[in-house]
Amino acid sequence: MSKDPGLQRRVFLKGAAAGGAAASTIGAAAPAAAQSATPPPSAAPPPQAAAAPGYMVLRPEEAAFVEALVDTMIPADELSPKGTDIGINVFIDRALASGWGKGDRLYLQGPWKEGTPQQGYQLSLTPAQLWRAGIEATNAHCEKAHGKAFDQLDAAQRNAVLTDLDRGRVTFDNGLSARAFWSMAYQNVMEGMFSDPIYGGNQGKAGWKLVGFPGVIENNRGRVVSSRDKRFEADPVSIADMS
Amino acid sequence: MARRLPDVDVVIVGLGWTGGIMAKELAEAGLKVVALERGQMRTPEEDFTVPRIRDELRFANRTDLMMNTQQDTLTIRNNPDQEALPMRRLGSFLPGEGVGGAGSHWNGVTWRWGDMELQIRSRYEEKYGKAFIPEDMTIQDWGVTYAELEPFYDKFEKVAGVSGKAGNLRGRKIAGGNVFEDPRANEYPLPPLEDPLSGVMFASAAKEMGYHPHPRPSANASQPYVNPDGARIGACQYCGFCERFGCESNAKGSPNITVIPAAMRSPNFTLRTNAWVTKVNKDSDGRKATGVTYVNLLNGEELEQPAGMVILAAYGLNNAALLMWSGIGEVYDPRTGQGLVGKNYCYQTGTGATLFFEDKFFNPFIASGAWGQNIDDFNTNWEFDRRPHNYIGGSTIAAGGSNGRPIGYRPVPAGTPRWGTEWKRATRQWYQGAMGIGASGSVMPHRANFLDLDPTYRNVFGQPLMRMTFDYKPNEVRLTEHIAGVINRIADTMGAKHVSRAGPRRSWTSVPYQSTHNTGGTIMGSNPRESVVNKYLQHWQLSNMFILGAGVFPHNAAYNPTGPVGALAYWAADAIRTKYLRAPGPLVQA
Repeated sequence: MSKDPGLQRRVFLKGAAAGGAAASTIGAAAPAAAQSATPPPSAAPPPQAAAAPGYMVLRPEEAAFVEALVDTMIPADELSPKGTDIGINVFIDRALASGWGKGDRLYLQGPWKEGTPQQGYQLSLTPAQLWRAGIEATNAHCEKAHGKAFDQLDAAQRNAVLTDLDRGRVTFDNGLSARAFWSMAYQNVMEGMFSDPIYGGNQGKAGWKLVGFPGVIENNRGRVVSSRDKRFEADPVSIADMS
Repeated sequence: MARRLPDVDVVIVGLGWTGGIMAKELAEAGLKVVALERGQMRTPEEDFTVPRIRDELRFANRTDLMMNTQQDTLTIRNNPDQEALPMRRLGSFLPGEGVGGAGSHWNGVTWRWGDMELQIRSRYEEKYGKAFIPEDMTIQDWGVTYAELEPFYDKFEKVAGVSGKAGNLRGRKIAGGNVFEDPRANEYPLPPLEDPLSGVMFASAAKEMGYHPHPRPSANASQPYVNPDGARIGACQYCGFCERFGCESNAKGSPNITVIPAAMRSPNFTLRTNAWVTKVNKDSDGRKATGVTYVNLLNGEELEQPAGMVILAAYGLNNAALLMWSGIGEVYDPRTGQGLVGKNYCYQTGTGATLFFEDKFFNPFIASGAWGQNIDDFNTNWEFDRRPHNYIGGSTIAAGGSNGRPIGYRPVPAGTPRWGTEWKRATRQWYQGAMGIGASGSVMPHRANFLDLDPTYRNVFGQPLMRMTFDYKPNEVRLTEHIAGVINRIADTMGAKHVSRAGPRRSWTSVPYQSTHNTGGTIMGSNPRESVVNKYLQHWQLSNMFILGAGVFPHNAAYNPTGPVGALAYWAADAIRTKYLRAPGPLVQA
């Protein structure tokens, strides 16, 4: 895989730019044309997203994958900025660096068997290890089908790959369960979209504004009856706002 | 070799609702009581404060208040022919850990289970005949009656500050309450909560169809309240962070604000946290428990706590595991039907529909854990004829969502794209426009559903994990088939744009979350041939040991279990205070 000169260049660029202002969007630059026009002011990227967050865990190739993934799933449109502009890539990186990513609360003793779907997660991998293996396997799948890594595909191709993953139509050559990887990846993207901004995602509370979730609001007691069958709207409040 | 500590009168394993009730009651009776809790200290002032407690990712997804499966979990399978594998992280159910246990993070639905449950075998045999009960369905009477428990239900409701509306006051039926409930001596301590839009709409549709909607009884206080022990309970703020969270308003009846601080005020009570009990010790002739062995997690030291009485008050499943690890009683064997520890393990079932309206605003984030409207026409309504549907048990049917936390709550109609702009549009639209109608259904015990020890996997102390073998049997599938039809018929009258219809639940899966209502494994009954504990929750063989919690339920009803969990703890505490302490020994002759 690393023989691909394009990939080498990308890896170099990512490494060189780590910490640089452009780092978080390089991988997603190519398909930007396929995305919709400038969002209205209310959905504009928040100031936090402009500051380069840097990555704790993701390697350059992985960062490119994650950025492409979150921008494919959460494109910029009139409803929200794109995934990297609301920090979902940063959320995933921080989650993998956290105790959760390292297998906190996960029973990891063997022996390991495939089990039935009813028996749930049965891999020997921590979430961080599963992301790493899953990115590698998905990129290998994309190289095989299209001759390019996932982040180098155009938007339609990336959507098609994700659809195949989502419908269980992908088998990884290395034996990794595509279902296990995808269900975690999908869930983490949603967590990055909708969790409190303190975790790095949902910047500008874009996910909360999308649905109208008011955040860690303190008191609805007076609203139960007065807001019944009326849309209750409020500027969402986060943990940081109240701290 | 474990270091032996000085004797105490009572050692309690686990400090949630049941341990807290027993700690308070026995410390007040003058006994020296030590509680051993394997988790950490939790107080509302330090642990449940805003804004930190309103963190969906940490508490709902990462299950911060729950049992840590890295240290101890179960292995699971659907039937005895499969190989059980570890539940490597929590999913289907969420046992608590730490002071307050699951009582910190429950939703607060507080029902009374009546004689239809407590005398289940007698009642069904009387009405439907013996042949109606399948041979492999091991239901049995509990050995206690509703009349005996009524004062203790009353007490628990008053301690927890339950809001609701009586439907049967001393035999007088009251419209608007649950007219099918067994008679109550008193009204609920607090009036019902406000209703959500979904509850109003559901109640109207249900009433139109001849059913009997009523507010769900809720340990989310509708008004500020001072309980009989002087604990101050705040008014529910409808914040939508109830189940899986602690309550910052002290509005959820929980042991952390009621019985535990009351016990802590007694000089007779000592709490040791980070104290992981590995074994119950017994004397050489197996007549008395002598205390427990535990590990101080702060330094790894193994300690023996001798005690005159042992109270098992861990999560129900863990009480069963402790008996198995301690070699107390015979572990159930499904091939022979012999053995009682681990027998009659039950889960719950259920089904539901989601209704999507284009012109409604549900504000799902304005919510209480246990509010909403319920119908019991297919549950405690004994006139409901089970014969045509060919099942035993029943279902509650209710509407009233507990939250709008957006990582977990994003209903969309089937066929909606899973990401991208169209996904966003649908997610935005239906977040406000959707409501659910949900049924919780009973599960009857079955010969092939049980708990025992796993031959392969071990916990951090090297003890075998408990193995759970469970699946829904034809009785439960027929129940959800029937009740799904009822739900769909109600939903069809409500004018929704789309309905994701209810369907039967056929097989149990360990993911995703469904219900933390696990019952059985240390069941109660009227004789030692068919139960681990007697009607006072006293162990039949070790008469100075009492086992609390939902593990003593011989079957699982449609109702949430905390009402009888609390009532039975008060009932057992009363039996200890008024009977056992006067004449220590078996309270029921075998």
